[in-house]
Amino acid sequence: MGKTLAEKILSQKSGSDALAESIVVAEVDLVFAQDTTGPLTIRQFQTSGFEHLANPNKTALFLDHAAPSPNYGLSSDHILLRRFAQQTSCLIFDVGDGICHQLVAESLAKPGDIIIGADSHTVTAGGLGAFATGMGSSDIAIAFGLGKTWFRVPESIKVVVTGNFPGGVYAKDLILHLIGNIGANGATYKALEFSGDTVDSMAMSQRFTIANMAVEAGAKAGLFAADNITKDYLISQGRGNHYQSVFPDADATYEQTINIDVAELEPTISKPHTVDNIVLARELKGTEIQQVFLGTCTNGRLEDLAIAANILKGKKCHPETRLIVAPASRQVLLAAIKAGYIQKLIKAGAVILPPGCGACLGLHQGVLGDGESCLSTANRNFRGRMGNPRAFIYLGSPATAAATAITGKITDPREVV
Amino acid sequence: MLTGRAFKFGDNISTDHITPGRLAHLRSNLPELAKHVMEDADPTFASRVTLGDFIVAGANFGLGSSREHAPLVINMVGVSAILAKSVARIFFRNAINLGLPVLICDTDKINDGDKLEVDLIAGTVNDITNGNRLTFSQIPEVMLCILGEGGLIPYIKKYGDFRL
Repeated sequence: MGKTLAEKILSQKSGSDALAESIVVAEVDLVFAQDTTGPLTIRQFQTSGFEHLANPNKTALFLDHAAPSPNYGLSSDHILLRRFAQQTSCLIFDVGDGICHQLVAESLAKPGDIIIGADSHTVTAGGLGAFATGMGSSDIAIAFGLGKTWFRVPESIKVVVTGNFPGGVYAKDLILHLIGNIGANGATYKALEFSGDTVDSMAMSQRFTIANMAVEAGAKAGLFAADNITKDYLISQGRGNHYQSVFPDADATYEQTINIDVAELEPTISKPHTVDNIVLARELKGTEIQQVFLGTCTNGRLEDLAIAANILKGKKCHPETRLIVAPASRQVLLAAIKAGYIQKLIKAGAVILPPGCGACLGLHQGVLGDGESCLSTANRNFRGRMGNPRAFIYLGSPATAAATAITGKITDPREVV
Repeated sequence: MLTGRAFKFGDNISTDHITPGRLAHLRSNLPELAKHVMEDADPTFASRVTLGDFIVAGANFGLGSSREHAPLVINMVGVSAILAKSVARIFFRNAINLGLPVLICDTDKINDGDKLEVDLIAGTVNDITNGNRLTFSQIPEVMLCILGEGGLIPYIKKYGDFRL
């Protein structure tokens, strides 16, 4: 019987016939936590009586959410994580290295891996064919100690993407469109598996954007086959030896199939306060925006900065709109400097934050004021997400973000390029 | 048998409503964080909730972040169970891992402030105020075992491994 990507990876790693709805225990190839979930993970690890990690070289901590720390409470949490890493010899990525999901993609994840992280956007690594999913601190603590966890094998929804993206339309618009159609719980407990001609030629950065947001439809994983594009990406990261091809079986069983022709899409926005509240960018024309945020694990990669820099080149941000840019990693920041993107963004009026989660989750570095609106390239627009329950968050692509920074109002990027 | 009052919430109550990111500096000071539980959904909740009460929500409760602090502070203020039409995946697993029951039922039939009796064994919710009697969906066996031990940490301390 043919298997989906989810079934295939979970079968291989659990050593059993892991078909949808079955419960399996599988070893994990990577388990991690970040600086807002890591302290509780460490306390649960200690409460459980563990003294050693099952696999120190498959266990990682990331200091990215509050990087650098804005207050002593979080600074103390950072100290706890650094000490734990010293004591256990696990991997640690410190302030300035970048967002956990970007670093996992660049340096750690392999096709066919099982990856669990104490962060809901762990699903990002599905972009390179890993079964990656978020869990809470207790599950992660136990996986720190035992090197494994239990899974309910998810049913998969097949998303077949065809057609050519029109100018100004990107993977971000595609995934917002999909979430708008199936709803914020349209894929709860399930895996979204992406395929089709458009996906076959899609760059890794866009695959990561789509996989990253699978959880915004409730999905347990957002999966792509590992193909030659994946292989080239791993080679570019000096990890060609980590490649293996991973494909679903042709006769796999899917719960349903959704077809999307991207040629029919337009720049899309998710309105406050849920991600599935989508409209077209042109339908919000004129909505005033005080802050534009370009970055995050969704859209903080080199290709995203390139799109924005090329739109903003030689132009200025609107005087009443601030543009905040947070590259997803140190590697992204260095490459963006080398390519001249950072200079273009700064000259247009942008403020550049250190690599990390930045303003996304309301800790620091771009907290919104009462009544303010932000156009963000992030993945969530929940009430209070950016630090103020009396503010409004609109989600869009890097191109829409750049166009909006220029006009100070929500703008379809096709109007400015 | 669990008894308490219903605190009614709508659909899509996210982990940012329950424990917003702006309070991340309190995550290692849980008693202080618990004073803000559900603050962005109902700022009066923390001061009104008492031991045994229920959170009664609509669809997709707990969507968003993996932060286990969300069910943890709900547990800390004495909530005995969450009743919802549906619940987000990570939140569901986190709540069970902390020994906090999450029960899926038709919460439209419960009003804010109603007195409820929940029978975890029989799988029933008895709304004493309006007389409605509801049944909730069966919790998956593996999660029932974890819940039965009071959560994942006591479960692993007892068995040393997953026993499926």
